[in-house]
Amino acid sequence: MPEPTQPTTGDEVTEINPDADIAPVDIGVPDVAEGEKLLEVDEVTLRFGGVVALNEVSFHINKGEILGLIGPNGAGKTTCFNVMTGVYQPTSGAVRYLGKPLGKRKKFQITKLGIARTFQNIRLFANMTALENVLVGVDAHHSTGVVSAMFRLPKHRREEAQGFARAMELLTFMGLDGKANELARNLPYGDQRRLEIARALATSPQLLCLDEPAAGFNPAEKVKLMELIRTIRDQGYTVLLIEHDMKLVMGVTDRIVVLEFGRKIAEGSPAEIRDNPAVIAAYLGVDEEDAS
Amino acid sequence: MSTTTSAPAGRKPSSRSFKERVDTMPRAVKIVLWVVFAVFLFLLPLLNIPFITTEGSDFGGVLFTVATYVLVALGLNIVVGYAGLLDLGYVGFYAVGAYTVGVLTSEHAHLSWVLVVPIAIVVAMVSGVILGAPTLRVRGDYLAIVTLGFGEIVRLTLVNSQWLGGAQGISDIPKPPGVELFKVPSLDWSAGVPVVDLSTTSTFLKFGINDFVPYYWLALGIIGLVLLFDILVKSSRVGRAWEATREDEDAAELMGVPTFRFKLLAFALGAAIGGLSGALFATKAGFISPDSFQLLLSILFLAAVVVGGAGNRWGVIVGAIVVGYFPERFRDFADFRVLVFGLALMLLAIFRPQGLLPPRRTVRAKRADDRQAVLEEGEASA
Repeated sequence: MPEPTQPTTGDEVTEINPDADIAPVDIGVPDVAEGEKLLEVDEVTLRFGGVVALNEVSFHINKGEILGLIGPNGAGKTTCFNVMTGVYQPTSGAVRYLGKPLGKRKKFQITKLGIARTFQNIRLFANMTALENVLVGVDAHHSTGVVSAMFRLPKHRREEAQGFARAMELLTFMGLDGKANELARNLPYGDQRRLEIARALATSPQLLCLDEPAAGFNPAEKVKLMELIRTIRDQGYTVLLIEHDMKLVMGVTDRIVVLEFGRKIAEGSPAEIRDNPAVIAAYLGVDEEDAS
Repeated sequence: MSTTTSAPAGRKPSSRSFKERVDTMPRAVKIVLWVVFAVFLFLLPLLNIPFITTEGSDFGGVLFTVATYVLVALGLNIVVGYAGLLDLGYVGFYAVGAYTVGVLTSEHAHLSWVLVVPIAIVVAMVSGVILGAPTLRVRGDYLAIVTLGFGEIVRLTLVNSQWLGGAQGISDIPKPPGVELFKVPSLDWSAGVPVVDLSTTSTFLKFGINDFVPYYWLALGIIGLVLLFDILVKSSRVGRAWEATREDEDAAELMGVPTFRFKLLAFALGAAIGGLSGALFATKAGFISPDSFQLLLSILFLAAVVVGGAGNRWGVIVGAIVVGYFPERFRDFADFRVLVFGLALMLLAIFRPQGLLPPRRTVRAKRADDRQAVLEEGEASA
C-alpha cells in the first residue's frame, strides 16, 4: 500500500546536479591567476576588551584551492571569518584581498568585491522562498532601483531575467529546483544548508567561505557534501572551509590552517597536519611529561 | 481519496484560496471583473446601499476618510510590513504633507493645488530622510521610540510656531481646480427598491464644499496609482531587499544588500505616501490644526496595518477600512466606540494574531507547519 505522504526525515539526501553551469559570472574585479594569492590575512589581532580572540594570525588563500580552517571550539575560526567579511575590524594587522587591504569597507561592499559566506547557524531569509533567497544573492551585483522597477525599464527586465536564470541554475545544481517556491523555513535541514551555499554562490564570489557546512549532517550526507565542495571548486571557485569533522576536512582540502586560542599553531597539507604533534596535542591533549 | 484541482466541475474544492481561484481565471474575465469592481467602488457613495451607508454623517465624506486611511496604510505597510521597521510617528509625515499644502496655498502663498501636491510629497519624503538618516541605525524597539518622538515633535512644533498658524491652525485652504463634465445621479432606497434619483447628483469632477463624493473619487484614483506603484516596486530587487532586511538584517548585509540604504528608501517612500494622504486630507477639510495630528492617529494607522496583516497590501487595505469605517458606521455607540474597538483588537490578537489577511507567506508557512506537526505526531504514535 503506497503511503500518501512520506515524512521528510534528515536521512534523505538530495542529489546534486554537477552538470549545471554555476561558474561565477564576471563581477568586475581583477582576475587572479590560478595558484596566486587571492586573500591574505596578515598578522591580524582582534581584541574584545581584555580577550584576545585572534593573536597575530597570518595565512593566505590561493586562487582555486580548498583551504581548511580548523581548531578546537573557541579557537577563533568564526571570528576569523568575521574579520574577513567585515563584521569586525581587526585591532591590528590587515586582511588583504586581491593585493589591497579591505580596510573599513562595509559588509555589503566586501560581498560585492567577491567574498561570500554561509553561517554556522543557518541564517536564511526564513519567510522568503528558496528562489527569492538565491535572488537576493544574485541581486548583489544588480542596480535596479525604484525608478527602474516602477516603469519596468529595460534594466529591470534584463536583470530580472538574468537573475532568475542564474538563480534557477544554482537551485538545479543543488537539486532544489523542485522546491524553488517553498519557503526557506519549510525546507528540510539539509536543503536549508545547501540553499545557504546556493545563496552565497549567487553573489559570484571569488572566495566562498563555508562555516561548518556539515554541522548536523550524517555520514552519508557528509560524503555528498565533500563531493559538492569539490564540484564547486572545479567550477572555478576558491573555498575556505571551517569544519570540525576531521575526516571531511582531510578528505576535501588542499591545505589546512590550524588555530588554537586565537593563534595559528600549524599550516600545511592534510598529511602534514595529521602528523603534526602540536595539532594532535590541541585536539587530544598531551601527557604532562610530553608537554613542551 | 484526495480532492485535487481536477475535482469534478460544479464544486470548487474548498482548499483553493481566493487568490488561486482568481489566478486561474482567463485574462479577459479577470479584466472585466476588475473594471466592474472599480466602477462599483467609484459609484459606492451614490448607490446608497442600505445598512452600509452611514446615516449620521455624509457617506461621501466618510468614504473619503476611509480612502485616506487606506492610502496611509499602504504607505505604512512599506515601512512596517515590507522593511520591518516599526514606525510609531507616522502621523508626523501626514502632518507634514497637510501643512505643506496649507502653507503654500493659504498661509504664505497661493500656489495652485496641482503644483502644491507634488511639493507636499517631496517635502514629506525629505522629512522621512531627515528622520531616517540618523535613526535607522537603531533597531526594533529603539526605532519605535525614536519615531514616536518624531510624531510628537512635529505636532508640538506646529502648536508653537506662529509661522505655521500656531494652535489655531491654517484655514481657507482652497479647493482643487475641477472640471464639470457630467452629473452622476444617485440611487434612492426609501421605497424599499432602488430608484434612480436625478435630483441628488454628484458632478464629475467639481470639488465643492457640500458634496464630498468628488474628493472620494480623487482619493480612489490616487489609491489606484499608489497600489500599482506598490505592486511594481515590491516585485523587484527593491522589494526583495526590503524583505531580506526584515528577515535578517546582518545576513542581508553579508549577501550584498546595502540595508541602510534600503531602509532609508522604505522610510522615504512611506513618508511620501503619508504626506500625499495628508495633502488630500488638508484639501478636503479646508482647515487644519495641530489637533488633527494627535498621537492617537499614529496608533490608529499602525492598527490598520497590523489588523489587516502587515506585509500584505490587500490585508492592510481591509485593515484601514475596518479602522476607518466602522467607528463612523457605528456612531450611535459613540460613547463606547473606543471600548468596542479595543475589545475587537484583543479578540483579533487572540484569534488572528497575523492580521485579518496575513501575507501569503505566513499562510503557506502555517499550513506547512501544521503538516509537519501532524507528521511528527504520526511518528511519535507509530
